[in-house]
Amino acid sequence: MTESTEDFKNHTRRTLFIFASVLCGTFLMVGASFAPLRNPHMNLVLVLVAACCNAFIVAGFLMHLFSERKMIYTMLGFTAFFTVMLFALTWIAEHDVPQVLVR
Amino acid sequence: MEIPYTVEARPDTGVYNAKLGVWLFLASEVMLFGGLFSAYVLLRVGTPPELWPHGWLNVKLGTLNTVLLASSAITTLLAWAALKVKKFNHYRIYHGLTLLLAVAFLVIKSTEYNDKFHHYEIVQTDGKIADGHLVEKSADFDLVKKTGEVTLHHVRVVEKTEELADLRHAKPPGEGEVKIAAANIKKMQNYGPYHNNYLGIYFTLTILHALHILGGAIVIAFLWGPGSKMWKTEPERFTNRVEVSGLFWHFVDLVWIFLFPVLYLT
Amino acid sequence: MVTKMQSTTHATPHFQADHGHGAHHHDEGFWRTYVFSIDHKVIGIQYGITALAFLLFGFSLMLMMRWQIAHPGISIPLAGPLLEKLLGSVAAKGVMSPDLYNSFGAMHGTIMVFLAVVPLLSGMYGNYLVPLQIGANDMAFPRLNMMSYQFYFIGGIVMFASFFIPGGAAQAGWTSYPPLSEVIPTDGQTYWLIGMVFLITSSLLGSANIIATIVQLRAPGLTWMRLPFFVWSQFVASFLLLLAFPPLEAAGVMQLMDKVTGSSMFLPTGLSVGGKIANVAGGGNPLLWQHLFWFLAHPEVYVLILPALGIVAEVIANNTRKPLWGYKSLVYGSLGLGFMSFIVWAHHMYLTGMGTTIATFFQTTTMIISIPSVIILTCLLMSLWGGSIRFNTPMLFALAFLPMFGIGGLTGLPLGFSASDLHLHDTYYVIAHFHYVVAPGTIFAIFAGIYFWFPKASGRMMNEFWGRVHFWLSFIFMNLIFMPMFAQGLAGMSRRMSDGGVNYSASYFQANGIVAAGGLSNNIMYLNNTILWAAVGLGLAQIPFIINFFYSIFKGPRVTSDNPWQATTLEWQTPTPPGHGNFLTPPSVYRGPYEYSVPGHPVDFIAQDQPDKAKA
Ligand code: HEM
Ligand SMILES: [Cu+2]
Repeated sequence: MTESTEDFKNHTRRTLFIFASVLCGTFLMVGASFAPLRNPHMNLVLVLVAACCNAFIVAGFLMHLFSERKMIYTMLGFTAFFTVMLFALTWIAEHDVPQVLVR
Repeated sequence: MEIPYTVEARPDTGVYNAKLGVWLFLASEVMLFGGLFSAYVLLRVGTPPELWPHGWLNVKLGTLNTVLLASSAITTLLAWAALKVKKFNHYRIYHGLTLLLAVAFLVIKSTEYNDKFHHYEIVQTDGKIADGHLVEKSADFDLVKKTGEVTLHHVRVVEKTEELADLRHAKPPGEGEVKIAAANIKKMQNYGPYHNNYLGIYFTLTILHALHILGGAIVIAFLWGPGSKMWKTEPERFTNRVEVSGLFWHFVDLVWIFLFPVLYLT
Repeated sequence: MVTKMQSTTHATPHFQADHGHGAHHHDEGFWRTYVFSIDHKVIGIQYGITALAFLLFGFSLMLMMRWQIAHPGISIPLAGPLLEKLLGSVAAKGVMSPDLYNSFGAMHGTIMVFLAVVPLLSGMYGNYLVPLQIGANDMAFPRLNMMSYQFYFIGGIVMFASFFIPGGAAQAGWTSYPPLSEVIPTDGQTYWLIGMVFLITSSLLGSANIIATIVQLRAPGLTWMRLPFFVWSQFVASFLLLLAFPPLEAAGVMQLMDKVTGSSMFLPTGLSVGGKIANVAGGGNPLLWQHLFWFLAHPEVYVLILPALGIVAEVIANNTRKPLWGYKSLVYGSLGLGFMSFIVWAHHMYLTGMGTTIATFFQTTTMIISIPSVIILTCLLMSLWGGSIRFNTPMLFALAFLPMFGIGGLTGLPLGFSASDLHLHDTYYVIAHFHYVVAPGTIFAIFAGIYFWFPKASGRMMNEFWGRVHFWLSFIFMNLIFMPMFAQGLAGMSRRMSDGGVNYSASYFQANGIVAAGGLSNNIMYLNNTILWAAVGLGLAQIPFIINFFYSIFKGPRVTSDNPWQATTLEWQTPTPPGHGNFLTPPSVYRGPYEYSVPGHPVDFIAQDQPDKAKA
């Protein structure tokens, strides 16, 4: 379990690198929201993409998800699937309304 | 009586109990915030686009808070790493920092809330809308009626409430103070959760998130203070505890990573 | 390993009914032992006692409502004056007012589902049996386990207290649909929401604990496919609780915000209350609540049925003296059931103006989910085939469960199609459907389990004769209550009407000169009476059970063996009752869960922890 001091230094360096990328991601996010793009929807998409990158880094490196056990992946996989279903099906149900009155 | 696998991992599953426990808990947290975010989406698409607010929150403060949480995530990781190489003092320093950052986050968040409760939209009898910050501490509609007038600063005056929806590229509000007589006030409401659904879901999401921060901070404070006695008796188990609480803390950070753009930036 | 292998087979030689109790207990004092215990068995029993009390309470609410339905506006015998004394004007002259009816209805559902049945299945059975059946000495997180009971208890207190506040308890059904739930002027709804947040937190802690226990603490040799089916059912049900409850918690918090701070996330624009436009911002989405609610509540119905199926499977295997037929199909069936149950929820919402595309999706998934249900039921039925069945009380309840669950499940199919559901929705047909699954279904399974595991928990047997009386009376009255409801529902009688449908009856139309087709006929209305007296009968039928239960705890005949039913699973290989820490020596498992009547073996069962002769 004990790691050598050399490992520890590497680890610290890597951690700082992660920190820098999260900061970058954050500023990118803010930048993307104010960027003068022609289509405002693009801002939204860019901001969300930047957010996802940040989340990816946090989940992958800080929460060690890149090197977890299969069992935990499986569980999170199901969770992700159900979350997506919750989003998708409520969304579709909300928008799938009869356009003409059916008698 | 000893419960197995509190310290070492069970060979066939590869994890120790608390690690599995916290991931199960986090899975349920994903569903919790998943439900809230899907509520956000439905409320947002259910509102006419010209009415959905943009730029109502202070992006500078939001960014600052994002940076604070990101830093605290790093200190959390370093605290755990310090325990791994048996540097207990470093652990104390790093997690001390985590706690300070958490408190700073909450302080900033509460000033933001405070701002919303002093921010009023006043519909006047002539139909015009004055929108600004109250100069006196607190005032409700009845009180204003008694004192006869209300004083605002940082005021915008508009014809229609739609004009207040998208403030991302709007001119900054006027600097001076504006007095409005009680007789001219038709309706007066601050920017609490009842103001509209954006604020409703904003308060719901951020209060719930802040409660998570608070809960996480209490756990970390325990592990920093009285709980750290365990380091002397069962160092590996203590390290596991720090790892597991760290996972929770990273998750809370993760939620904020989505809350920030969704509420502040889009 | 070799030395201890004999010690955990049946009939521990130096058996003493209560030696387990003293054996591992250091004197921890009354509070630590019984109230703030972290022993999973004590917590299980705490859950059991609290939840049984709520079960009785929920039932008595319904009994009073059935009187009001059958005799609207007439003072309730016996209970009426008491209600007036306790609750005041809502029960003036002992008559149940419509408001009170609504409160009782909403709370009946809430209490039965969240405070009685789930705590019995997951809290009592899950806590007590799962660690025993997997050969663990406790749950993975004992302290968390204690906390989850405490949250449940607080939630229960909050719910119960709401009856006595001005305005009374929540009145908008157990489903609490806004806008209605939010605009009824009582704080009962707020109490309901706060209570729910506690109950949800309790369930989340409890279910994470059960999953972690099953994954991490299985005894050596207890592979996944050697788990008793009951453990599997708990495993799946816990996942349902873990992942389906949080969205309802989210919705609950949002409704709490609406209720307490005056936001309007569930209140639409232009909402009018009592003929006046409500003073709210509007723009909210009431259907959003329904989505988030049913996202939980459909999986919840499988939380109500899966552990019940688990109990029944254990009882059947034991009393047919045969392995379960199709063990793997049962396991995969319940996994499939669990998975699908997350994506069928909107079949409760066909009547919300849902479009055809999404309705098709949900109709399809609903039909798909009935396949694993049928597989499970078929396996259990087939398990009976060719067995030399022991008809004791637990087995009678388990056997009755099968057709009752069958009726409940099959009547769900017409509800799963939007074309037929548009007619049946919110009628007594739906009430009959789900009660067939949960009342003569799940509750019978709970009874079966109580009679079955009572000797393990108490060291004494329950009386067999009174058990049978309890069973036969319950069986008859249950069916007399719920069967007529199918007829009423098909005739168009709506649920949640405080006058039992009088205002829609043909005789009322006639008397008031209303010209309308489809008034409820006299026969249909008369069934209200049948149901009332059947419900009274069902209540009386529980008296033998209650007396038998308490009498047997103190005076029942002591068991003469640790394994009185000659069962194979690990919980029977412990001292009786098991002490803190459960097993005298940590068990190892050598075989599947149901090795009954193995050819060539001298006795007709082989316990899971009994090693093979060859290996020994
Ligand atoms: C496998 C077959 C099943 C199918 C196809 C089915 C289908 C349905 C449908 C479509 C509804 C909505 C009816 C309406 O409101 O108009 C419903 C209601 C209900 N079902 Fe089932 N169901 C099945 C099994 C179960 C089981 C196993 C349980 C419980 C243990 C259950 C409990 C309920 C409850 C509690 C409701 C009513 C909720 C309410 O509106 O208050 N169902 N079922
Ligand atoms: Cu359903």
